[in-house]
Amino acid sequence: MRREPPQTFADYSPLLFPAAMLTIFFVVPFGTMIAVSFFQRQQGGFYTPAFVFDNYARFLSAFFGGVLGFSMMMAIAVAICCVLLALPFTYLLTRMARRVQIVWLVALLSILSLSEVIIGFAWSTLFSRTAGITNILVALGLMSEAKALTPSFAAVLTGMVYQAFPYTVLVLFPALVRLDPTLTEAARTLGASPLKAFFTVVVPALRNTIVATLIMVFIFALGSYLLPQLLGRPQHWTLSVLITDQAIYQSNMPFAAAMAVFLVLVTLGLVALTVIAGRKGEAA
Amino acid sequence: MSGLALQNVVKEFGAFKAVNDVELTVPHGTFVCMLGPSGCGKTTLLRMIAGLDLPTSGAIRLDGEDITRVPTHKRNLGMVFQSLALFPHLTVGENIAYSLRIRGAPKEDQKKRVEELLSMIHLSGYADRPVSKLSGGQRQRVAIARALAISPKLFLLDEPLSALDAKLREAMQVELRQLQQKLGITTIVVTHDQREAMTMADTVVVMSGGEIRQAASPIEIYRRPADSFVADFIGQTNLIEAESDTRGHVTVLGQPVPGLQLPSGAAKATISIRPEDVHLTAPGAGALTGTVTFVRDLGGTIETFVEVADRQIVAVSTPRERPEVSVGQQVGLALTPDVCVVLRK
Repeated sequence: MRREPPQTFADYSPLLFPAAMLTIFFVVPFGTMIAVSFFQRQQGGFYTPAFVFDNYARFLSAFFGGVLGFSMMMAIAVAICCVLLALPFTYLLTRMARRVQIVWLVALLSILSLSEVIIGFAWSTLFSRTAGITNILVALGLMSEAKALTPSFAAVLTGMVYQAFPYTVLVLFPALVRLDPTLTEAARTLGASPLKAFFTVVVPALRNTIVATLIMVFIFALGSYLLPQLLGRPQHWTLSVLITDQAIYQSNMPFAAAMAVFLVLVTLGLVALTVIAGRKGEAA
Repeated sequence: MSGLALQNVVKEFGAFKAVNDVELTVPHGTFVCMLGPSGCGKTTLLRMIAGLDLPTSGAIRLDGEDITRVPTHKRNLGMVFQSLALFPHLTVGENIAYSLRIRGAPKEDQKKRVEELLSMIHLSGYADRPVSKLSGGQRQRVAIARALAISPKLFLLDEPLSALDAKLREAMQVELRQLQQKLGITTIVVTHDQREAMTMADTVVVMSGGEIRQAASPIEIYRRPADSFVADFIGQTNLIEAESDTRGHVTVLGQPVPGLQLPSGAAKATISIRPEDVHLTAPGAGALTGTVTFVRDLGGTIETFVEVADRQIVAVSTPRERPEVSVGQQVGLALTPDVCVVLRK
């Protein structure tokens, strides 16, 4: 059926409310942030309106560049780990009985109800020397003595993957459910073992979904703020931690705003990449 | 023995018996159509032959070798699915070459074979097209070519033509049969379309309720149906009760039919008479007399519905041989013993 575009102004009226909300609660604050990022900082925690690039220039120093690089690397690592774990998991889940699927999905959704703080403290207990999982390994005779696994990069990564995993599954689930199960059956009749069929049919057929999921998890992990502080050392802190530090503890609003704008730009760039990758996939 | 053999194959899904004790031998190079209403177990049987489902009990043998537990990918077969299941991320050529690529065949061999197959299905030059750009009939052919790429021992098709429109479907039936005869490959097709089965098959296997009702050549199935289910399912038929007295004289609807025999000892049996075997005559001249209740003139043939002793009997005749009768008139129905098929209970 052909649909005509709205004709009169009144046809657009249902859009007024969301448009107003978006403007008041998103566009205006974001505009303020961009403006502040160009302001001149005053000693003592204040800033005066100006148009200077000092804040951006400072950001390009080795230290902040390093933090940005680390944040990116960490987010990429989280995204890859999540997709590597969630793809086979979700694939198997979609092939299970409806009842089993519901139990797993409810369990995964309940993880979403946990706050980042609870997840952080739970993992820091699990990774601790006195009450952690290494005690189990000692009891089993696999380790000679219990030791602390946190703070470390691996601990941060584990916590963040744990937090992002339910989202990954929820994004992959609809695509995998829609995937025609006869595709893998066809691959098997053509001589592919189940594992080979997974890699030669399921993964390539879901290429666009996988790329989109990677980027979604990447952006999710890029904004992570608490877990790096709870489970990592200062060198494992992400850009979000530094933004908070500058804004609240150093009272340097213009610099914090500049970093935030930069983070948003990187994020937008990646969203654009997804769209382009998606278009290419459609054309192929 | 060369060919496929199913021995006492049973498949249960919980308490439900989808396939019940099926026994079937398919000699090498035969074209078999499994025919039956939906839920009769034909697709389950095909999936077990493909190895996609495991039988609960029984054995499947291919060329004498027991393949019941051999995983699908080691069976060297070709299968066409109802949904076709073409890989959307691959081109036509890559789809056809998939089974060769999986087996690690050299690139040049793959290319050569793909070209061979494309010319066989009249799609030369389509190798680099995405499958999404093909029409229904073309996709059908690609699915067939993909299944035949390794020259499989067994060619299985699950309702392969059901997505096509009627005209294309009839053309593809002929094409598929010709292709099978050229390649001499053992082929099993699952279908619910009896015309399709009659067109293509050497052997038609009629299934119902998970059991084989009859396995025979199409003409045998049509002419000598084993039971009332087969007689009714294949084509149109009249199912009428026949009775035999102690001396062996058989009456149909209260009127004697000389020469007709029932199985020895049976006092009653159901007989099947195809509508084209019922000949209309003047009243009293035939074995049965009835009243015409409805006439359906289709141009080439005319169907006459006649009520005899509260039973409706359909006669199909060509305009030339049919006497002029209209609704409400008395008419005679000539029955000769050779057209009355006595059905098994």
